Amino acid sequence: MLQIEDIKTYYGSIQALKGISLEISAGEIICLIGANGAGKSTTLMSICGVVPPRTGRIVFEGREIQHLPSNRIVELGIVQVPEGRRIFPYLTVAENLDMGAFLRRDKAAIEQDIDYIYELFPILAKRRHQAGGTLSGGEQQMLAISRALMARPRLLLLDEPSLGLAPLVVRQIFEIIAKINRENNTTIFLVEQNANLALQVAHRGYVMETGRITLSDSAAHLLANEDVKRAYLGI
Amino acid sequence: MDLQYFAELFLGGLTRGSIYALIALGYTMVYGIIELINFAHGEIYMIGAFTGLIVATVLTFAGFPTLAVLVLASVAAVVYSSCYGYTMEKIAYKPLRGAPRLSALISAIGMSLFLQNYVLLAQTSDFLPFPSLVPDLPFWEPYAHIISSQEIVIISVTALVMILLNLLIKFTRMGKAMRATSQDREMAMLTGVDVNRVISLTFIIGSATAALGAVLIASHIGQINFYVGFIAGIKAFVAAVLGGIGSVPGAVVGALVLGWTESFFTGYISSDYEDVFAFIFLVVILIFKPSGILGRSETQKV
Ligand SMILES: Nc1ncnc2c1ncn2[C@@H]1O[C@H](COP(=O)(O)OP(=O)(O)O)[C@@H](O)[C@H]1O
Ligand SMILES: [Mg+2]
Repeated sequence: MLQIEDIKTYYGSIQALKGISLEISAGEIICLIGANGAGKSTTLMSICGVVPPRTGRIVFEGREIQHLPSNRIVELGIVQVPEGRRIFPYLTVAENLDMGAFLRRDKAAIEQDIDYIYELFPILAKRRHQAGGTLSGGEQQMLAISRALMARPRLLLLDEPSLGLAPLVVRQIFEIIAKINRENNTTIFLVEQNANLALQVAHRGYVMETGRITLSDSAAHLLANEDVKRAYLGI
Repeated sequence: MDLQYFAELFLGGLTRGSIYALIALGYTMVYGIIELINFAHGEIYMIGAFTGLIVATVLTFAGFPTLAVLVLASVAAVVYSSCYGYTMEKIAYKPLRGAPRLSALISAIGMSLFLQNYVLLAQTSDFLPFPSLVPDLPFWEPYAHIISSQEIVIISVTALVMILLNLLIKFTRMGKAMRATSQDREMAMLTGVDVNRVISLTFIIGSATAALGAVLIASHIGQINFYVGFIAGIKAFVAAVLGGIGSVPGAVVGALVLGWTESFFTGYISSDYEDVFAFIFLVVILIFKPSGILGRSETQKV
């Protein structure tokens, strides 16, 4: 579904990605783990066209997308829940969801999706007229994921969804992620520092260090790998 | 206290404030979206005034009725200024979007000087008479000693524009995209908003309302030259900062407060220091509320 071939991404003269290649097949949950500053978020922003790579190719369903503007990439079905949730703080919960469906025109189906979201997260229904900035961290993460779902993604990119959340909320979020993958057959690319949790839901994983992929294997093998255990699982 | 004098000053302030508001919108919306103080915005206003003058002169000469001249001259000014605003963003600001903020600011000042001098060369530095385009409304005759038809038209047109703009920002798809972009541009991109279009639209709206204000006030005051945009621009900028730059309701409140301050101070104290009062007031407000009257600290804008 998505092939990334040797992309190099820069912030000004600073090189953040030093030639990343990876591949995601339809229906998979793939995780990308790595320490702070390794370039995980930059990888996602490169895919989405927000920080386009300077060289290399990104191929989504057979077509090169590395030159496309971000709105065209969203249109193709690649949707990101960025690090830190990035809820529009002064839009209401309902308006945040509307923004998720920004490129859609199918009014009736949008209404249905909103009902589905409010069923999935009743707390969001209760807070629908409240400004997004007033929600708690956990509620914001639910809203961020819901906003992305409103775009009906084919490939969902999640950047550290567990960051700063209580363990109970983290579990709930990960259950939802698995459910989205199972029920809607949405392909998921999950970036996490919480490697243990990520490798438990993922099928395969990549390990990233300072702008490079250093390891790639099935989730089970990564969980058993001595280097991974030492560096990312704290065992 | 003389009530009629007070009413005159109050309505005079409201008229001034309306014009400031129409211009201040451009400053505040552009700042809200791209955090740029568009120093050339006053020149967009000035170009609107000249377009209005040229079209009005031709149409009057051709024998059009006054009201038609007013409408057509306003439309022409709005369209022409919007084209200038749109183009200005594309050539002077868009290429600098990733650059340090100071670069864009310098580009804005350059744009302002360029447009001023371009009109100076094309139209000389003399004040040119601007025809009075608002007819005296007959039914308004009994109240005309308090507030003229001109002023009534200015105030109502401004009110209408503000209501429409508010509806646009609150309820339309593009309006939501504008608010989202002002709150978090990158996140707006991630939801599929074409940020370039939002920015263009912002420049077009700001230029259009400034041009409308330009025709109305030029017709009220009766003369223009290449420098009017500078003075009006500074006043409107003060209004935008006063209200909280980046906030649309703030620009309106700031503009009205500034209009009334000028009107009452000149009316009751002295007309020699009209501009000084405005600036003293600005300083006082900013000492007590640095983000402006309705400004939210940092994030929220449009
Ligand atoms: N906006 C930016 N400007 C400059 N450098 C950045 C920016 N964002 C990230 N970086 C740098 O790029 C590298 C990778 O960052 P990032 O992709 O955020 O890592 P991760 O998500 O793995 O923590 C880091 O060295 C970081 O300092
Ligand atoms: Mg990151």
